[in-house]
Amino acid sequence: MQVIKVENLFKQYQLGQVSTGTISHDLNRWFHKIRGKEDPYEIITGENAREEKGTSNYIWALKDINFDVKQGEVLGIIGRNGAGKSTLLKILSKVTSPTKGTIKIRGRIASLLEVGTGFHPELTGRENIFLNGAILGMTKSEIRSKFDEIVAFSGVEKYIDTPVKRYSSGMYVRLAFAVAAHLEPEILIVDEVLAVGDAEFQKKCLGKMKDVSNQGRTVIFVSHNLVAVKSLCQRGILMERGGIAFMGSADETVEHYMKVNAAQLNPSISFEYPVDALGNELIKLKTVSVEPTNPFITDEISIHFSFWNLSEDPSIFLAFDLIDLHEEVVFGSGFKIDKGIDNLCHATCIIPGDLMNDGVYSIELYFNNSDMKLLLSLPSTVSFEIADKERSYAYFGKINGAVRPKLHWNINPQ
Amino acid sequence: MKSSDDSWTEIIKPKRGWLDINLQEIWRYRDLIILFVRRDFVSIYKQTILGPLWLFIQPLFTTFIFYFVFNQIAKISTEGVDPILFYLSGITLWNYFSDCFSKTSNTFVANASIFGKVYFPRLTTPISIVISNLIKLGIQVILFVMIAFYQVTFNNALININSSILMLPLLILLMAIMGLGMGILFSALTTKYRDLSFLLTFGIQLLMYATPIIYPLSFTSGKLHQVLSYNPITPIIENFRYSFFGIGTFDLVGLIYSTIFSISVLFIGILFFNKVENKFMDTV
Repeated sequence: MQVIKVENLFKQYQLGQVSTGTISHDLNRWFHKIRGKEDPYEIITGENAREEKGTSNYIWALKDINFDVKQGEVLGIIGRNGAGKSTLLKILSKVTSPTKGTIKIRGRIASLLEVGTGFHPELTGRENIFLNGAILGMTKSEIRSKFDEIVAFSGVEKYIDTPVKRYSSGMYVRLAFAVAAHLEPEILIVDEVLAVGDAEFQKKCLGKMKDVSNQGRTVIFVSHNLVAVKSLCQRGILMERGGIAFMGSADETVEHYMKVNAAQLNPSISFEYPVDALGNELIKLKTVSVEPTNPFITDEISIHFSFWNLSEDPSIFLAFDLIDLHEEVVFGSGFKIDKGIDNLCHATCIIPGDLMNDGVYSIELYFNNSDMKLLLSLPSTVSFEIADKERSYAYFGKINGAVRPKLHWNINPQ
Repeated sequence: MKSSDDSWTEIIKPKRGWLDINLQEIWRYRDLIILFVRRDFVSIYKQTILGPLWLFIQPLFTTFIFYFVFNQIAKISTEGVDPILFYLSGITLWNYFSDCFSKTSNTFVANASIFGKVYFPRLTTPISIVISNLIKLGIQVILFVMIAFYQVTFNNALININSSILMLPLLILLMAIMGLGMGILFSALTTKYRDLSFLLTFGIQLLMYATPIIYPLSFTSGKLHQVLSYNPITPIIENFRYSFFGIGTFDLVGLIYSTIFSISVLFIGILFFNKVENKFMDTV
């Protein structure tokens, strides 16, 4: 039985006019208009693709979305930031309304768009449970009947009569999630809750999600975390630029997403002749390539370099920095390379498996002569993504750290 | 198992019409309104030393200032009514109106973060504000009665309570409706024009001086008198003073005018509020 049916759903956002929003702007706009001039605030943008410029000041945040969800299904929705996931969720949870199309729903929807909505810092945990529960649509008597359960689930019994502003952020989130988890809706929307909380708490959350789906209720799970989507969901939807790019089993969807992502990355560049190549009169780059192109964290990664040395110096010190998405240098490495045949030099650097954390990386190159004088530097030559593997334990969050080496542990019985 | 089209419990559609107002839904969320009222009450006075005592201090302070400025210095007559009671009665009722108005006037902007995440009928927020201020008014009316008792016993102030005092609940209701109506109308407009919120404080102050709070209506004459009679709050204040002090006359026409005005402004307010409610999240 279908519990959600989304039909021809469109959502349009108007840029410019609405977002300016003050009387002075409107007066100015009107003044321009009566003089026959262009609207000074008109912003020109196209469809939901921020890198491209269009010709209208409307964007379609969602374009012709059609799908349905069956009872008891756990549906994962993935996609890049700005793909339209949040807009879809906002419409589903009635925070904003669609421009065209309909969504039909059977049963109560509760969303964990952001847990703890409406929590008031001055109120105690107990007071906040009631307030938050009511905001999420429960009646007072419903909350009262589940109160003990909520407190037990949150694990903050001791502090239930303390104002929540004295809570640690972990306690705060746990309490908030506990309230939302006890809503018992027919359809639960879960958005990025795995980004917060410790491992034990995540285990509880995932357990709750499983309970919910085992009880024949439906879960819509939105996450950037592909591993979690793969492990928890049966079906998946990949969103791209406001539309559905792929729909299928969770595994297929994640795979498709990774392929699409990999296509946008640029794991190798290569040039046939020095004339076209990147570089200067001293050094010309021939190739940089990463192998395998879509490595997992356990894989050994080879980076091949080749370049033409046109300088006087027979030996070149080649170095690279590995840079993550936050523009931080994870590490740098270098090696002295002697001039090869026809000035063409080759080198390969190997990053061992089980060293890097998952994420997207780019490589910045430096060429120095034997006196360590910089001859050429090339920022972000290639980029590639190291993907996480499925995990055997219950924590699905991002593991902290620039690197994630697999280290040797000794367990010594005393 | 049902699968026919009418077994859907909810259908989300584009923009609702002007008159598509779901009052039943607000009733379903009545527990939320009560909890909002409680939250407002508990949270406002937490971390203040005097706590709810501020409910007494605020109107008393204003009364003393008015007493010195308008009675002692400006020597504006209070039609023989004890000046302290005259000002306090006006301030108590006026404050209720101005609190309802100003605190509901930024409903959307102040609650943007909640409204952006969870759906519940948005009208619950301004309604809860009106109710929590009603409790505040109740406490301040008790204060007024206490002060009146004191003034009568020790300072020989004259009061003359007559049967029209029974109209007091209606007067308060009119204030609530007018404050709520104007507040939500304003809140709907401020989502687009933030400038209005700067005008509001000034506007409310101006409106107070255009209402016979610090002077009796009889103090004015000619054109000014005419203008003040168009102010829909004037009959409410005047009738309250009449029922308590016996000054002036019972103004039924004025009261009917206020009632019609209040209901109209509430109706228009709800229309605009409802309209903005739909697309507000896209414009913030």
